[in-house]
Amino acid sequence: MNISRWVTTIIRFLFIALVIVFFVWAFRNGYFGKIFNQPDKFLLLLKQHLKIVGLSSFIAIVMALLVGILVTRKTFRRIQWPFMFLANLGQTLPSLAVLALAMGYLGLGFKPAVFALFIYSVLPILRNTVAGIDSISNDLIDSAKGMGMKPHQILFRIELPNAAYSIMAGIRTSVVINIGTAALAFLIGAGGLGNWINTGISLVDNSYLLSGAVPLTLLALAVDFLFRLAERIVVPKSLRKSITDAS
Amino acid sequence: MIEFENVTKAYNSSRTKAVNNVSFHVPEGNTVVLLGPSGCGKTTLLRMVNCLVPITEGTIRVNGKDITSMDPIELRRSIGYVIQSNGLFPNMTIKENIVIVPDLLGWSKKKKHDRYLEMMELIGLDAKHYQKRYPSELSGGQQQRIGIARALAADPPVMLMDEPFGALDPINRTHLQEELLSILRKVKKTILFVSHDIDEAIKMGDKVAIFKEGELMQYDHPSDILTHPNSEFIARFLGNDRALKSLSLYSVRDLIESFDLKPVDVNAEGSRQISLNNNLRDTISTLLNQEASQLVVIDEFNKPLGAITSDRIEAYLHEIIRGSASLQGVEQ
Repeated sequence: MNISRWVTTIIRFLFIALVIVFFVWAFRNGYFGKIFNQPDKFLLLLKQHLKIVGLSSFIAIVMALLVGILVTRKTFRRIQWPFMFLANLGQTLPSLAVLALAMGYLGLGFKPAVFALFIYSVLPILRNTVAGIDSISNDLIDSAKGMGMKPHQILFRIELPNAAYSIMAGIRTSVVINIGTAALAFLIGAGGLGNWINTGISLVDNSYLLSGAVPLTLLALAVDFLFRLAERIVVPKSLRKSITDAS
Repeated sequence: MIEFENVTKAYNSSRTKAVNNVSFHVPEGNTVVLLGPSGCGKTTLLRMVNCLVPITEGTIRVNGKDITSMDPIELRRSIGYVIQSNGLFPNMTIKENIVIVPDLLGWSKKKKHDRYLEMMELIGLDAKHYQKRYPSELSGGQQQRIGIARALAADPPVMLMDEPFGALDPINRTHLQEELLSILRKVKKTILFVSHDIDEAIKMGDKVAIFKEGELMQYDHPSDILTHPNSEFIARFLGNDRALKSLSLYSVRDLIESFDLKPVDVNAEGSRQISLNNNLRDTISTLLNQEASQLVVIDEFNKPLGAITSDRIEAYLHEIIRGSASLQGVEQ
């Protein structure tokens, strides 16, 4: 116990030290110069990125939750597999291929990017919603019914709270992956921080590379952190134990 | 209070009927135990009462009203329901669990809180200590107590209990059985209680209904069933020790109504005292275990009344089987 705690602490400090060294190195060489020299351009790219991720994730969350709840109802359980199949397909396709296909139908720009990322984001949320609701024991539902709860009361007071941890984990995973994948959106002319990263790769220019990649990483970390905070509010206290174990 | 009239349940998938033409009546304030081997339809019958399983044929009346004419949601809220795995909601605190039905019925916050305090008092748990705790923090026995309190919270006249103590260890089970009996002495309820444990059925039931393959085989008082099983099946199901089991329904007090006790041997070593309320099964077990050379019966004022021996109990047992013994009931 004690040894593993020591090891964790040492690794944590090494990691933080490494990050600090990296930032000092990058600053000294002026690799974040693009952010300060072209703040308007940076903000524009960031805004484009946030818009693509925000909208596609929002649609994905709403759709996945609705479908997830629907296919776990007794009457619709039989049609669960085609939805799961479609969602699986959405994630199995390479992200670049999804973007290309979306471009083929919707042309260039914002719309196909949002559509492609939406397709790509649905599965983790849908899968976790279905798994979370299905993992609730039948006895629990039976006793809720036996006490005279109506179907919507069972859904909102028993099923969703008990599946909340699983659902939130799915949403968090999906959005964080989405932030990374959205870096490809520039390929079909939707902009975003991927623009600078690609320029940096093409020109072998660290200042473009890092001005795009570092904010992107920080964005992903920040969003991950925010969702972990949200879990504290959404997930009932008694079901939160596994979260502290995991982090 | 609860009437079953030619109740039948058939599933499309199977040819045999899960419940076949069952009729009996549960009087108000009684506990009736549905007993039988697994798959005999006792749980199905129980779940038909609160409409969790629809009736194929026949009628079930609760308080004179046909349950199919009632709104199932309203019906369920007026019937307490306890299941083996307690079914407590892990996302809710103990308090939220207990007042869930009052909450569904729209009681005020104050009334719910008062009811919570009352229920915790009834099951002997510290209300303040457990208020904000969650079911996962409790032991199996405590969880089942909460399960019972939850079923009682809206004060339903009828309770359905599906093997409520089936998942507990023997010590906890005995504890909870006795607690439930003492609770039922304070609050009068009509109870249908599913069990596969004969001893539990004898202990808890005012009447016992024994089922086999969906059919009601015998419905009687525990003592009558034990001493006069009406078929080979019942006799075998109850076991060869059924006469011995029936002794648990009688106390030393019952025995001394028909028999005199032996005089106490003052010089005997290892004599032990037992009270008038001891049941005869425990008493004869103590004698057979040779835990004491003589058992001295004492009254409420610790005055020795005489010594009890196994031949006295045996003679009394014969009287029970002949049907001449009077049942006073055992005080737990």
